[in-house]
Amino acid sequence: MFTFRQADKSIELIDSFLDKIDQGILLFKEGVSNYISGNQSSFQDNLKTLSMLEVEADILRRKVENILYTQSLMPQLRGDIMKLLEELDNIIDLAKKNLYQFDVEIPLIPGELHQDLLKLTDLAFRACESVMPASRAYFRDPASIKEKIHRVYLYEKEADKLADAIKRKVFHDMHNLKLSEKFHLRYFTLHIEHLSDAAEKAADLLSIMAIKRTI
Amino acid sequence: MLFLLFLSSGLFLGWSLGSNDAANVFGTAVGSRMIKFRVAALIASIFVVIGAVFQGKGGAETLNSLGMVDALAGGFTISLSAAFTVLIMTKRGLPVSTSQAIVGAIIGWNLFTGRQPDLGVLTKIVSTWVSGPLLGMLFSALLYLLFKRTLSKIQVHVIRLDTYIRIGLVVAGAFGAYSLGANNIANVMGVFVHAAPDISLDFGIFVLDGTQLLFLMGGLAIALGIYTYSEKVMKTVGNGILSMSPEAAIIVVLAQAVVLFLFSSSSLSDLLMHIGLPPFPLVPVSSTQVVVGSVLGIGLVKGSREINSKSLGGIGLGWIATPVIAAVFCFFALFFVQNVFHLEISNPLNNIAGQQIAVDTPERTSKAINLILPGIILASAIIIIVFIWLLARQQQLRLTAENELLHQQNQLYQTQRNLNSMEISSMQSAYELLNMKHESKRKEFIDMANNLTEQRLFLDEINKLLDESLTKDKLSDYQESIQNIQNIIHQKLTFASEKSTFYAEVEKTHKDFKIKLESKYPDLSEHDKKLATLIRLDLSNKEIATLMGISPKSVEVSRYRLKKKLGLEKDSSLIEFINQI
Repeated sequence: MFTFRQADKSIELIDSFLDKIDQGILLFKEGVSNYISGNQSSFQDNLKTLSMLEVEADILRRKVENILYTQSLMPQLRGDIMKLLEELDNIIDLAKKNLYQFDVEIPLIPGELHQDLLKLTDLAFRACESVMPASRAYFRDPASIKEKIHRVYLYEKEADKLADAIKRKVFHDMHNLKLSEKFHLRYFTLHIEHLSDAAEKAADLLSIMAIKRTI
Repeated sequence: MLFLLFLSSGLFLGWSLGSNDAANVFGTAVGSRMIKFRVAALIASIFVVIGAVFQGKGGAETLNSLGMVDALAGGFTISLSAAFTVLIMTKRGLPVSTSQAIVGAIIGWNLFTGRQPDLGVLTKIVSTWVSGPLLGMLFSALLYLLFKRTLSKIQVHVIRLDTYIRIGLVVAGAFGAYSLGANNIANVMGVFVHAAPDISLDFGIFVLDGTQLLFLMGGLAIALGIYTYSEKVMKTVGNGILSMSPEAAIIVVLAQAVVLFLFSSSSLSDLLMHIGLPPFPLVPVSSTQVVVGSVLGIGLVKGSREINSKSLGGIGLGWIATPVIAAVFCFFALFFVQNVFHLEISNPLNNIAGQQIAVDTPERTSKAINLILPGIILASAIIIIVFIWLLARQQQLRLTAENELLHQQNQLYQTQRNLNSMEISSMQSAYELLNMKHESKRKEFIDMANNLTEQRLFLDEINKLLDESLTKDKLSDYQESIQNIQNIIHQKLTFASEKSTFYAEVEKTHKDFKIKLESKYPDLSEHDKKLATLIRLDLSNKEIATLMGISPKSVEVSRYRLKKKLGLEKDSSLIEFINQI
């Protein structure tokens, strides 16, 4: 009935899952940076490791779900917890998909956009990175979530602004590019932007979950 | 027998209390699925009975001293009136308290019999109706602050906290059930105390007197109520009025348990008196009202808008409406019982107002029964049964696990078998492919050998003609012979190039036929396909032999093999079949 062993096991799995997400978003940032600087072998290495992390995160999430439901742990909170894990899993999924799109579509990124795209990637990365301490706090110190997630909103807003600026620059100032290339660049800007949107979604969920956890 | 009949109304009240009030203790835990109903019912039943038997006397004495009910029929009518009041008000969705109903019914009895109720006791009881919820509010507020501070300080993981909460809910629930039994048994059996059998049962570790046996019956009636009807109430309450976080549920249950305990513990009262403090009155209080007070206490500290006038109004209405309805109901019921059934609703000997009631008649003698040996035997039997049950359960679990393992192994074996058969069929296909390749190579070699033989024959013929030419004496004959040889060689060369051009043309014009043939019969070799194409052109065996550079006999053999490969009967026509493709 009171399964401390199962509880400790699921704690370990959740912590490990959060570590994978953390590492995944770091690899995404590295991958984009390597692609832009033309470091193909490192990019491929990042892509491979990120794919592995994504698979491992999926497995861990399923294991946690299995334990929470079969052991009837936290009947009132498990739905929310699983939703949070799904949102976080969505971040690493998006990161992997984005990197794969770089690998498959090989977008042409003009030199004058290098810095902008690197900055956008950094902002998206920071938005996702800021969700992690808040997610960890939910499990031990829900009262501190609020003071942690405001960064996510800031980075997400900044990423939105920069993405708009990049798209404007591509369509208004870069006349030497073909329309197809412009579209391609717009899609890649959008892909990176979506990552920060996913972080914002997780942050929204966390803020509601924090309220629910106050006794 | 008559005693048991009269007691039935009390037992009915007990059943009603169990089915309704157990939800105050385990409602949230069961409603939120933190604890299974089976576990909750078992814990609640055990602790209600223990509380009732070992700590129920205080409240019962107070209640008894309010009206001094001294006739069984009177007690029966009071209990029945209280039970019906509770039933009717619950049906109508009005807030009701068993404690207030029973007090109202006793007042009704007093009014009917003309006896003066003890106003001091009445004041004491009524004051607890107010102080009970207030104390609940105070305790829950304090416990809430303590819990909140502790939780923020220790920062325990939510999953571990969940396990602690489960343990907490069980412990708090057990305490709550104990206090509920101790405090509320007075409502159920209080009016029958004077008629309790004058016996005592010695169980070795403890001795139960007649009143405690009466309370044991009442406790069992409450337990029956918990088992038979409280699940629905718990689930409704847990998802409705008491729908709160499990942490808050522990606080509410604990606060309620403490209040009920305070109003039922004679030891605590003695202790307070001993140290010179005013004791808590030992009075049955409404657990529902204490719970409402506790919920409001948490709301007060949180500063939320959970305090609504409806809840407070509900308690207020309960204070006034319940006793009044019960008193009126009891009054009329007593009139009916006395005048229709001619039953004695009070002892005429005690009908002098203000006189101390002697409940025990001189004739009654105390009878002690030693139950140590039967108790030991019963306990041993229970232990053995539980042990056997546990063993059987373990065995069943082991068997289930083994079955599951076997099932999984079987599935694994099946998968492996399928995999093996797939491997075998793929090996067989590879083997057949190799065989076909081998056969095709063999045929190529045969063709090559045939070609070589043909060329050798041709060269022999040239050689022979050359020999003949050399024997010619005349130059013109010689030249003619050489010319003839040259023509033969030229013809031969032209035929070889024509043959390859012919094949190229045939393949081009019969491309669809070849594709169809390949898709329908993928096992056919190049030789077979070539033969089929030539048959489609309606060429004779001899012509085919020339074109393929093999003997007519070999063509016949090839046709026979092709027929077999195409799956045709011996009598079927190969030409017709090929033309239909």
